[in-house]
Amino acid sequence: MLGKTANGLFWMYRQLERAENIARLIETGQRIALTRLGSTEEEWKSVLQTSGSLAGYYEHLGDEITRDHAVDWLLRSKDNPGSVMSCIAQARHNARLVRTAITTEVWEATNTAYMTAKDQLARKVADRDLPGVLRMLRQRTGMVRGTTHGTMLRNEIYDFARIGTFLERADNTARIIDVKYYVLLPSVMSVGSSIDNVQWEILLRSVSGRGGFRMAYGAQTDPHDIAQFLILDRRMPRSLAFCIGKIIDNMAYLSADYGGQLPCCVMAEEVQQKYLRLSIDEVFEYGLHEYIQKMLGEMAALGRQIEIDYRFYE
Amino acid sequence: MADRPIFDEMTGLGDEVRQPYANFHGWFEGEDPRHLRAKQREAEELFRLTGITFNVYGRAEAEERLIPFDIIPRIIAGREWQRLSRGIEQRVRALNAFLYDIYHGQEIIKAGRIPQDMISRNDAFEPQMIGVTPPGRVYTHIVGIDLVRTGPDQFYVLEDNGRTPSGVSYMLENRETMLQMFPELFTRNRVQPVQTYPTDLLNSLSACAPDCAEGKPCVAVMTPGIYNSAYFEHAFLADQMGVELVEGNDMRVMDGRLCMRTTQGYKPIDVIYRRIDDAFLDPLNFNPESALGVPGIMDVYRAGRLTIANAPGTGICDDKAIYSYMPEIVEFYTGERPLLENVPTWRCAEPAALAYVLDNLKELVVKEVHGSGGYGMLIGPTSSKKELSDFRKKLMARPSNYIAQPTLALSTVPIFTKAGLSPRHVDLRPYVLVSPQGINITPGGLTRVALKKGSLVVNSSQGGGTKDTWVLED
Repeated sequence: MLGKTANGLFWMYRQLERAENIARLIETGQRIALTRLGSTEEEWKSVLQTSGSLAGYYEHLGDEITRDHAVDWLLRSKDNPGSVMSCIAQARHNARLVRTAITTEVWEATNTAYMTAKDQLARKVADRDLPGVLRMLRQRTGMVRGTTHGTMLRNEIYDFARIGTFLERADNTARIIDVKYYVLLPSVMSVGSSIDNVQWEILLRSVSGRGGFRMAYGAQTDPHDIAQFLILDRRMPRSLAFCIGKIIDNMAYLSADYGGQLPCCVMAEEVQQKYLRLSIDEVFEYGLHEYIQKMLGEMAALGRQIEIDYRFYE
Repeated sequence: MADRPIFDEMTGLGDEVRQPYANFHGWFEGEDPRHLRAKQREAEELFRLTGITFNVYGRAEAEERLIPFDIIPRIIAGREWQRLSRGIEQRVRALNAFLYDIYHGQEIIKAGRIPQDMISRNDAFEPQMIGVTPPGRVYTHIVGIDLVRTGPDQFYVLEDNGRTPSGVSYMLENRETMLQMFPELFTRNRVQPVQTYPTDLLNSLSACAPDCAEGKPCVAVMTPGIYNSAYFEHAFLADQMGVELVEGNDMRVMDGRLCMRTTQGYKPIDVIYRRIDDAFLDPLNFNPESALGVPGIMDVYRAGRLTIANAPGTGICDDKAIYSYMPEIVEFYTGERPLLENVPTWRCAEPAALAYVLDNLKELVVKEVHGSGGYGMLIGPTSSKKELSDFRKKLMARPSNYIAQPTLALSTVPIFTKAGLSPRHVDLRPYVLVSPQGINITPGGLTRVALKKGSLVVNSSQGGGTKDTWVLED
């Protein structure tokens, strides 16, 4: 396979994953705004921060953060390379680039996602339409994942698609925790207050994890458990441990096909060894914030190493 | 031209349905037009979904557009096709012999059949190819000869397209769409298949591999990139053949071979089906500004360690002044009378011809010698006074840049409109594959149709559409 194709697949799936994650963040923000339990401006600010587009927002829309502006910026702004529309457009662009590597079903699902998004996001989305539009976006990106799962050969092509998906997902979960880590810290004040409860719920909603959490840990929300769930729980498909585990699996399939272990594989295994075999108490001892910062750095480095090892560019 | 009778391929010159259309026409009469209109919309939806789009040069906004598809097939009888095939094969053989000759002994010039200037001072003549023999001696691996019809037995070659004929993906997708929408038509009519084209193309290209190829030759399709107007087709062909789609920056020359960068290092390519122009192939040997090509690829080629399809320098047979010599060329190399007719052509470089053209501008079609895509041409009969006088100035300033031809009464085939069937002018581009194993012509090809009533311009860039093209088994 061409290095360029591996690159295109990696990014196609990263961008699809990102589009879905941003849509989910908007849903969460919207939910908070509607229940009016926290300060909505603060909430939208942290959503923007999590999405990595706060600086861009200030630059294009000024200092004031309003719900309307934030939703529009995250959903459909052309100036925001991380908006849902931009991500889906880039994913489709990459899909065209790697058209020879994906099945017709995957291409058509991607193209449909793009055409639907373009149609529905052509104008500012009215409040009452927002839930429907967000649901549609999640379904359309889900269709791409479904056709990928159901029609693609399990070969190197699939491996790069999966590595892109899980690197993006791990990065996304880490960012969510990074922005909200303080609500998980053991605090002397207001333990289990309604404010905390809202914040914990936001965290779980941001990763579509409320149901899963209840199932695994019971109805009683506890910050310790949430941290465990989001970081170390290998049952949770958006946890850091799960995503890194998947990356390692797919890299191992590549190594088996290609023969020999590349530096990025070693790197991923070291991350797992060093940071994901800890107990959650050890994570808190390390310092939750420092730990998450460290993980974000490691994942960025891993992405760069993948580019080099599989000759994405040169 | 309006006063000349126009041959309609479904109804001839009268109201009688011609034999190849008899079966189809019977079916059509029994269909509910509302049902067919829904099918037409369904076809468009299918095309949009598969992403079969083309990019229009010079239009930033509508980046990707669909070529309109018409659901009424163009139908050719088996024996009509056989006649055409023989003519096409003869012409393609002559083209390859001609290309070999002008880059080697130039016998045709020595014999005085073509003026020396026509070759040596032609922009499309590639001096780098002098003395180079491509693997298998094939120059035009893929040809798409443009034909027009003016009567039941009257076909003319309009252009030879020996460089990089495009549109074959539409031939395949049009058939695919018709099969999905009207399966019953294919049980009622015995239509010769076109679906083997990608396999035929791969086999034909593989048969042209250089001697250094080991085992199954490694074939790749080279595209200028995702923004090229025909990118869909490049990806489509690579996908259908199961080969890599590469750009210049995916490749480099290593150890005397052309190699592509894979996730496991560099791997040699034996045959490259390139969809970029000669000038961009190699910044070291051609245009130094080219960012699309591969430095040194021509050196590999000249050393006989790579097949480039089509061979560099074949563009000269797309030259419209050379075209005017095709009857001589065919006769010279095959020793036979040409089976397909050329459109009479005035070379404006010649003073007498220029005088005639200027006097009769309103009756003629004037084209740029190197033009394509329907750009920069004048269609006398349908042009305004101002267009005629503007063009006259351009023509007088650079006569050698133009040729002129009579306006042909192109045949029509009906399209499906709101008001039912309505005739529109068409042309035909059959696709021809050449290898040392022989010449393979896909039965059918691309029918382009001018959607505007009375228009003679069928190019997609000028608002033309396409039809599925059937060749029946007799």
